[in-house]
Amino acid sequence: MRPILMKGHERPLTFLRYNREGDLLFSCAKDHTPTLWFADNGERLGTYRGHNGAVWCCDVSRDSSRLITGSADQTAKLWDVKSGKELFTFKFNAPTRSVDFAVGDRLAVITTDHFVDRTAAIHVKRIAEDPEEQDAESVLVLHCPDGKKRINRAVWGPLNQTIVSGGEDKVIRIWDAETGKLLKQSDEEVGHKKDITSLCKAADDSHFLTGSLDKTAKLWDMRTLTLLKTYTTVVPVNAVSLSPLLNHVVLGGGQDASAVTTTDHRAGKFEAKFYDKILQEGIGGVKGHFGPINALAFNPDGKSFSSGGEDGYVRLHHFDSGYFNIKI
Amino acid sequence: MAAVVDIDVLTAQLGINWSDVNLDSIQLPPGNDFGIESDDESVYQDDQSEFDTGFGNIIVVDHLPVVPKEKFEKLEGVVKKIYNQLGVIKENGLLMPVDPDTKMTLGYCFIEFNTPQEAQNAKEKSHGYKLDKSHIFAVNMFDDFDRLMNVKEEWEPPQERPYVPGENLQKWLTDDKARDQLVIRFGHDTEVYWNDARQKKPEPVHKRSYWTESYVQWSPIGTYLVTLHKQGAAVWGGADTFTRLMRYQHSMVKLVDFSPGEKYLVTYHSQEPSNPRDASKVEIKVFDVRTGRMMRDFKGSADEFSIGGPGGVAGASWPVFRWACGKDDKYFAKLSKNTISVYETETFSLIDKKSMKVDNVVDICWSPTDSILSLFVPEQGGGNQPAKVALVQIPSKVELRQKNLFSVSDCKMYWQSSGEYLAVKVDRYTKTKKSTYSGFELFRIKERDIPIEVLELDNKNDKIIAFAWEPKGQRFAGIHGDQPNRDVSFYSIKTGTKTLERVSKLATLKAKQAKCPLLVAPQASTSFLAGLKGFNGQLEFFNVDELETMATAEHFMATDIEWDPTGRYVATSVTTVHEMENGFTIWSFNGNMVYRILKDHFFQLAWRPRPASFLTAEKEEEIAKNLRNYSKRYEAEDQDVSLLLSEQDREKRRALNEEWQKWVMQWKSLHEEEKLVRQNLRDGEVSDVEEDEYEAKEVEFEDLIDVTEEIVQELM
Repeated sequence: MRPILMKGHERPLTFLRYNREGDLLFSCAKDHTPTLWFADNGERLGTYRGHNGAVWCCDVSRDSSRLITGSADQTAKLWDVKSGKELFTFKFNAPTRSVDFAVGDRLAVITTDHFVDRTAAIHVKRIAEDPEEQDAESVLVLHCPDGKKRINRAVWGPLNQTIVSGGEDKVIRIWDAETGKLLKQSDEEVGHKKDITSLCKAADDSHFLTGSLDKTAKLWDMRTLTLLKTYTTVVPVNAVSLSPLLNHVVLGGGQDASAVTTTDHRAGKFEAKFYDKILQEGIGGVKGHFGPINALAFNPDGKSFSSGGEDGYVRLHHFDSGYFNIKI
Repeated sequence: MAAVVDIDVLTAQLGINWSDVNLDSIQLPPGNDFGIESDDESVYQDDQSEFDTGFGNIIVVDHLPVVPKEKFEKLEGVVKKIYNQLGVIKENGLLMPVDPDTKMTLGYCFIEFNTPQEAQNAKEKSHGYKLDKSHIFAVNMFDDFDRLMNVKEEWEPPQERPYVPGENLQKWLTDDKARDQLVIRFGHDTEVYWNDARQKKPEPVHKRSYWTESYVQWSPIGTYLVTLHKQGAAVWGGADTFTRLMRYQHSMVKLVDFSPGEKYLVTYHSQEPSNPRDASKVEIKVFDVRTGRMMRDFKGSADEFSIGGPGGVAGASWPVFRWACGKDDKYFAKLSKNTISVYETETFSLIDKKSMKVDNVVDICWSPTDSILSLFVPEQGGGNQPAKVALVQIPSKVELRQKNLFSVSDCKMYWQSSGEYLAVKVDRYTKTKKSTYSGFELFRIKERDIPIEVLELDNKNDKIIAFAWEPKGQRFAGIHGDQPNRDVSFYSIKTGTKTLERVSKLATLKAKQAKCPLLVAPQASTSFLAGLKGFNGQLEFFNVDELETMATAEHFMATDIEWDPTGRYVATSVTTVHEMENGFTIWSFNGNMVYRILKDHFFQLAWRPRPASFLTAEKEEEIAKNLRNYSKRYEAEDQDVSLLLSEQDREKRRALNEEWQKWVMQWKSLHEEEKLVRQNLRDGEVSDVEEDEYEAKEVEFEDLIDVTEEIVQELM
């Protein structure tokens, strides 16, 4: 089907997130307002106003009532999804890069960049049921060995027992969410060779996919950190997503945004590339963006996906019936 | 080196269990070997060659007159006067020892110059200088003295070494699948592969990191692979893998070139002058490839190795030496201002000990098969003296044929690969002298008196941009016209009856976006192909026999194209000039993509050349006639391979799927186990998506928002 172009942001997209039912889509961009859309027809429902910097990441609670956003204005904010009201602001002294709700939505993991004399860190915050009782105390703060390297993404492992992080230091780490102990880290041999830009976990928290500027994406077991698959593409990978329905993964990225204007338009490869998850072979690509793809998300029903680009557009694609019968 | 026993004793004293120590894990800091000798002998050899005493700028002058003390200063003055002309002597740089007994000089002196170059120069210029009848200078470098003193009085016959049969260096030609090899360079790695088109992938032969310090190059018939290093060049080859066969010492070598028969290797090094107005210094060495012996070296300023054109400042135009083609590597020629120097390889000296004087010659070209040299002299005196193209027989230096050409701006000479024809592309000025147009002069070398034909393009104003001969054939192609509409024309030189031999045009392809080179598949005797490289990697495969385009394709951003030596496959590659999509693609001759390999930081791809076929022309014809019988066999083989491949592929997929299923089962059971815990985390909410947990109802909902009434005026 023809993609639906959603033009609501004035700056490059940074992140996309569906709610559990798959009827709502949250988008974050470098402009300051996260936006909510109907995931079916791309109609805009509203915006969340309050941030004063690029918004890097968001997450929505299981019941679609709460939204958490992380921004370069050195805060993470909790919102009421329905009213768009700001419920609470976590203040950090550094830009926040990624946010993720735990199972049960009682905890959130927030990563912050290194800033002036502060090193990059992973914070765990308790989320109160009643926003009135919310406090800013960190339950746990984790530091990576090289604090000058950004942690691009941190998510909860199975049963909130672990936290999985990846970033500019190319290493994937699994931490104990209780004690903060480093449990495992990816091997230099099999791991990524350049910055890890994105991390996406499977619906059942059993495995996750990482994308990297080394032009590959890798699939890992979430409990043992075993490398399962590697998907090789021709351009740096900025965004990854796992299909909940079929054994497909989708990778997005493209030539570095600063080089786009100096080369032929086809040089960029701003394609969302689909791969067979098991055979690691390319299936096809979806073109359309005229800048690198920064964000990708599958609808939880696996029947549509959306991509967000450096060009400021969100493109919402509903799959044609042919897609569900692809044989390779 | 300490004896093993000593080490045992020492370790016993220190209480180290020898067997626990992993020797491979020990890494010495770079530059410090703690006195442990390396097993690699070459380490020491290289060190010696770089060893510098620091006395390189001192010369020893012998056979000076022996004078008493009174005349000492006078002699010193004379010597200083002589050597100050040749270089700057250091302060107190002249030392003339005096015999303490007789108070007479000893008849020799030491002179220290500012630089080793000056010392070298002074030595060369003043050796044999006649001060008077009985005093002829004998000058040597101070550094050479040790070596000269150690020369034994009596000559010893060198020990005869037993003959060790070498490896079969041509073994790669005996590959039973008749595959070709190619070398690629990317990142720090250099790898050699078989091009296995049947399996649709390259099969690795040999790989090495840091194999070369600048680039690699195959020898002309593929026996050797040459690598360049700081110390010199090395050639590699062998039956099954690549081993180092020989090294050629030439520090900071920049370029190498082989003679066509692979007998000699020419290495080139140039040094930028300290004063930018001077020409750079050039050193060229010619080595015997097999023995590694240096046959001759040439030194001089870059001017002596170029024709003094505007490019002369940066260095000589490479290759400096043009080898007479023909596999016996007999002659090579050097072009310099107003002279052509032809050397022969028996003695490595000039033929007849003389260079040929040809005023203002700018280009020379050997026939690929005979020792005939073609040369081009441009117009002189503002058009009063015509330009000239001439053919000269070597070694007799007899001019076989020459032609004068008028109002010529430039000439390019193209020999057909079997040396039967020479095409000279002539660019002439139009009447206004503002632009140029092209024409051809075609020499038929093998016919009596070497007849010349003139060929003009249909459109008189066109310029030829690229030109190519059909290998061993009678056809040639040229790209002509102005941008953006360029045409490709194909011509045949031998059509019609014998009595009326004329050049005829076969076809013209209109308005190709062809921009750069025209490439012709080698060895293709029946069909001959043109790959046209456009701005963004457009390729066109053209069959000249049928005069039709077989296929068009695109390798986006391709920077290089190279046919394999058999003309069966063509490789296009994207090198590091582009940041992305580095790697190469192999195409079949009819334009089907065979496979594509991506490698970051891709620098170079080179097919391993093959020597000329040993089959006679009759035999080749016979094979061509019976091609059908042969093809049956190969088709069957192809089918087997493709069956095997699909079988392997199926097997691989099955294994991958099974492995994945195992993971999924494991995850499922774990997920099930954790179900309760998860429920608790969610405050008892039944976790996970059970489809029937909720159901979607479609509710139609109508709401009257507003009602307004408007009168619409009807238009008639």
